[in-house]
Amino acid sequence: MKQITLDIRSLHVYYDSFHAVNNVSMTILEHTITSIIGPSGCGKSSFLRVMNRMNDLVPHARIMGEVLFRGANIYAKDMCEIELRRRIGMVFQKPNPFPFSIFDNVAFGLRIQKKHNKTFLRERVEESLRRAALWDEVYDRLHQSALELSGGQQQRLCIARALAIYPDILLMDEPCASLDPKATKRIEELLEKLKEEITIVIVTHNMQQARRISDYVAFFHTGELVEWGTSEDIFDHPQKQLTKEYTQGLFG
Amino acid sequence: MSVSKSNERLIQWTFALCGAVSIFVTLGIFAVLFWETFHFFQEVPLGAFLFGTKWTPLFVQKQFGILPLISGTLLIALIAMIIALPLGISIAIFLREYASSHLRRTLKPILEILAGIPTIVYGYFALLTVTPFLQKVIPELAGFNALSPGIVMGIMILPLSVSLSDDAIHAVPEHLRMGAYALGAKRLEVVFRVVLPAAMSGIVSAGILSISRAIGETMLVTIAAGMRPLLTLNPLGPVQTITAYIVQVSLGDTPTGTLEYSSIFAVATVLFLCTFFLNTIAQRLRQSFQHMYA
Repeated sequence: MKQITLDIRSLHVYYDSFHAVNNVSMTILEHTITSIIGPSGCGKSSFLRVMNRMNDLVPHARIMGEVLFRGANIYAKDMCEIELRRRIGMVFQKPNPFPFSIFDNVAFGLRIQKKHNKTFLRERVEESLRRAALWDEVYDRLHQSALELSGGQQQRLCIARALAIYPDILLMDEPCASLDPKATKRIEELLEKLKEEITIVIVTHNMQQARRISDYVAFFHTGELVEWGTSEDIFDHPQKQLTKEYTQGLFG
Repeated sequence: MSVSKSNERLIQWTFALCGAVSIFVTLGIFAVLFWETFHFFQEVPLGAFLFGTKWTPLFVQKQFGILPLISGTLLIALIAMIIALPLGISIAIFLREYASSHLRRTLKPILEILAGIPTIVYGYFALLTVTPFLQKVIPELAGFNALSPGIVMGIMILPLSVSLSDDAIHAVPEHLRMGAYALGAKRLEVVFRVVLPAAMSGIVSAGILSISRAIGETMLVTIAAGMRPLLTLNPLGPVQTITAYIVQVSLGDTPTGTLEYSSIFAVATVLFLCTFFLNTIAQRLRQSFQHMYA
């Protein structure tokens, strides 16, 4: 039986008076890929940003309910959001490498933890780029600007950058939205491999993608969690009519 | 039908004419500037002008070495930059990264009032307020000196330096900040390790444009810096800038056609080439910066 990594209990997210996430309860199991699906504006990105407290940075965002990370409430007073974000990494919709070299991008998270030992950094950068399946393409140009990479390479660089500080969970907000099918496939293969080491929660618009890679799927609609379960449950035997219609592409 | 068509054409030509006026005026200024400068260099060798260390065009023993004017101009610009750049960048960081949007909307117009004060007021402020105050701290400070107008000029160009740095910082895409926060960076680390490096070419461009503004500034230095063209980097004594020299000759009773008269065109050409060069570099940097995040 897999361990529960994140336990979300009666979560609500408001932006001013807008109720973006409405009473969501679900759990995320260790070493699995959980996909969050649903039409635009259904609250799935908001839901994702709650889990590493990136929502703290959104003005007027308000959160109710509990999110337990390995049993500890991440919104408790003594929880440090800086520390939390080092344990729960995030990859964004648009690849966002810093305008530095490839090496400096991957080393960024380590350097802000005051880890400056050169040998250590070199080893960890190589290891992270290998884990993100990017090493073979960039090993001879680590000191060139990351902005010269292709979109797919940039996204894998962002994954490497997140992996470099050994997070337990990786949150991904539509990581393939701006990529072509080939680059998307590479990322999907990468995620399959990564889940042996870490837990992945991915927001996606792409039903086929969710079906291909997920162990668990959660379907959101207008801020509510309509249904969640294993990939087969949601795609082959949905309990709710709404889920069935959405997964069959009747609305989107 | 044909009436409206000819109207259309009339309007088009009117606008074209307005556009042409600005181009012709600019070309006219260039022509006068270069023509008089050409006259000047028929009598004064270029080498003596560029590398001479004595500037005494109004004395009997005329010497036309521009270095004292350049040193005076750069000295004051340098002092102004020491004030305006760190302060300008810090204020821009505060406004953009720390201040609430309400505070920003309150502070920015206040800062822009600084830009609306006539430069002659800054001149008297430097001469009659800042210099006497500084003399209490530094007794050997002369009544006319480079330090006081330099500092006041720094304050004067602060709005420019803030607004250009602010543009540069604002142009750094939000998703870079988010990327850094998601890696567990604190706000200070986000600012100094991501936002500032990412905005660097824009900020350098802001600095260059501020320098360009500083070396072109006239009234303040004419009033408060003294009129002594000395080749010195001593901020405590008087200096003369290129612009102040032009004022001095223009206001005096120098007859047209004399060498002193054409000397102001020669130094004006130097000034123009400097600011043109600086503005071009700044423009290039801005473009490369905008291109980077396009």
